[in-house]
Amino acid sequence: MELKKTAVAGTMESSDIMVTVEPRESGGIVLELTSSVMKQYGRRIERVIRETAAELGVEHALICAVDKGALDCTVRARVSAAIFRAAERENITWEVGK
Amino acid sequence: MDQLLQTIPHIDRIAHRGVFAGAGAKLTETFRARSGKDNKVLPSLEDAVRAAGLRDGMTISFHHHFRGGDHVVNQVVDTLAAMGFRDLTLAASSLADVHAPLIRHIKNGVITHIETSGLRGQLAEEISRGLLECPVVFRSHGGRAAAIGSGEVHIDVAFLGAPSCDPYGNANGYSRDDDTSIACGSMGYARTDAKYADKVIILTNNLVRYPNAPWAIPEYDVDYIVVTDDIGDPAGIMSGATRYTKNPKELLIAQTAAGVIDAAGYLYDGFSMQMGSGGASLAVARFLRQMMQEKGIRCRFALGGITGQITAMHEEGMIDRILDVQSFDLDAALSLKKNRFHHQIDAAYYASFLFAAAVDQLDFVILSALEIDTDFNVNVLTGSDGVIRGAIGGHPDTAAGASLSVVVAPLTRGRIPTVIDRVNTIVTPGAVVDVVVTDQGIAVNPRRPEVAEKLKKAGMRVDTIRQLKDRAEALTGRPDPIRYKDRVVGVVMYRDNSVIDVIRQIDGE
Repeated sequence: MELKKTAVAGTMESSDIMVTVEPRESGGIVLELTSSVMKQYGRRIERVIRETAAELGVEHALICAVDKGALDCTVRARVSAAIFRAAERENITWEVGK
Repeated sequence: MDQLLQTIPHIDRIAHRGVFAGAGAKLTETFRARSGKDNKVLPSLEDAVRAAGLRDGMTISFHHHFRGGDHVVNQVVDTLAAMGFRDLTLAASSLADVHAPLIRHIKNGVITHIETSGLRGQLAEEISRGLLECPVVFRSHGGRAAAIGSGEVHIDVAFLGAPSCDPYGNANGYSRDDDTSIACGSMGYARTDAKYADKVIILTNNLVRYPNAPWAIPEYDVDYIVVTDDIGDPAGIMSGATRYTKNPKELLIAQTAAGVIDAAGYLYDGFSMQMGSGGASLAVARFLRQMMQEKGIRCRFALGGITGQITAMHEEGMIDRILDVQSFDLDAALSLKKNRFHHQIDAAYYASFLFAAAVDQLDFVILSALEIDTDFNVNVLTGSDGVIRGAIGGHPDTAAGASLSVVVAPLTRGRIPTVIDRVNTIVTPGAVVDVVVTDQGIAVNPRRPEVAEKLKKAGMRVDTIRQLKDRAEALTGRPDPIRYKDRVVGVVMYRDNSVIDVIRQIDGE
């Protein structure tokens, strides 16, 4: 998926994650993650974010994520929404999350 | 005259102070004139410290009835630091966020050891990162009272803040002489310190006329009194009434817990109870009240940390007696002042394992938890990140004493699962925990099959603790284990003052 602009999804509320996706020409996925549960879930959140970006065919991007204890399904939804918005995709087919 | 004594058979068994040698001079001034002098009031804290004979290496103690509004601990330790004292042990009944300034006095060697029920905030964070060479000792309220009584913890000088005190040392957590003073209600934990400390200094902002009756601490336990403008911030010491939670998850947990108590057979005319602090456990009172009204039954006594919910039920005639070791809110403090059968008790009476204490008369107790493991062990002391952020309180005391101990907690807090394989820190052993109630299921300790049977008969679904753990993990995923260093920064005592667990220094940034 081709990213056209910087876009955001999510909030800073407890149990949510705020994800900012910025287009990049090269360098792969650069992830800046902070989390209130970094010690216990940092590695897992990073994996879910990278998987979601890969599934949507995003190769290069700067992804900033501020996590407040979101569950995996929320992380997936916010990352997907931010990517769709960055790609200016209109007709989004939301699939059942994994 | 000694010949008189020699004529008495078995004199060695009878009298040991010789023959009457005349009474001392009688005082003839008025009581009022006398009260102004020959009393225990000293001009400054420094004078009291010198009079008490405090030396380097001694143990000083404090109570936590002023909670987050306490100004006594910081004020006293600042003074002791300025006076040049070093290597002191600080034995507090508990410490809170407001005690972060102690960090400086630990770094400069004034305080080298701490005993407490709990730690929070910046001080807790620093200690988790290895601030103190000697591990902090964590005791339950009953364990501390027992340790002080047995001499395991010897208090050289107790510094006890009091919202009222007369010139001879009768001190209390409220004042009968005015309605505007600070009120902390019960001074149950301070009473133990006053009784056993070698020297007792009362700090008060409210010197009242003798006799300050009723008192929490009698004058014979008090050596010196210091009048100071500032013992604490009333807003931090107590705020109005503890509010009932509106959180639907907590209400669901509370309602379920009340149902469990009833189904297990502990809600009968004349029962006894204690509610822990925390939204869900406090809310249980609301549902119990309703059930008691429907059944037309009364509670014989409510114990513990007392809230306005309990005192309201007392005033409605639904609870005969209140035994109050610590008042949690202003309503509770005011009830202690005005209701005759709302009775103040000390920490040993409350929960010492050395004799049959009030906790041993409990039908049930509702307790909170940070973590519960599949062996029913409970942690209320360290967070899921391994950092100290809580207090033992009376958790193990009441769990052990009550016929039915019910631990209430949400199955997950945000992303953090509450029911897990192994708690970070064992505070209350599974051997005294009977039922776990979450928003997503109930588990009964296999030690209590008869309770599980009764719940099922009442139509409640009972899961195994492992099922609850799996349910939590399915939602949150399995957390990575916390990385600790080998160094021990905290030692956790069970209520009999045996070591039940240790807290290690956390690793990382």
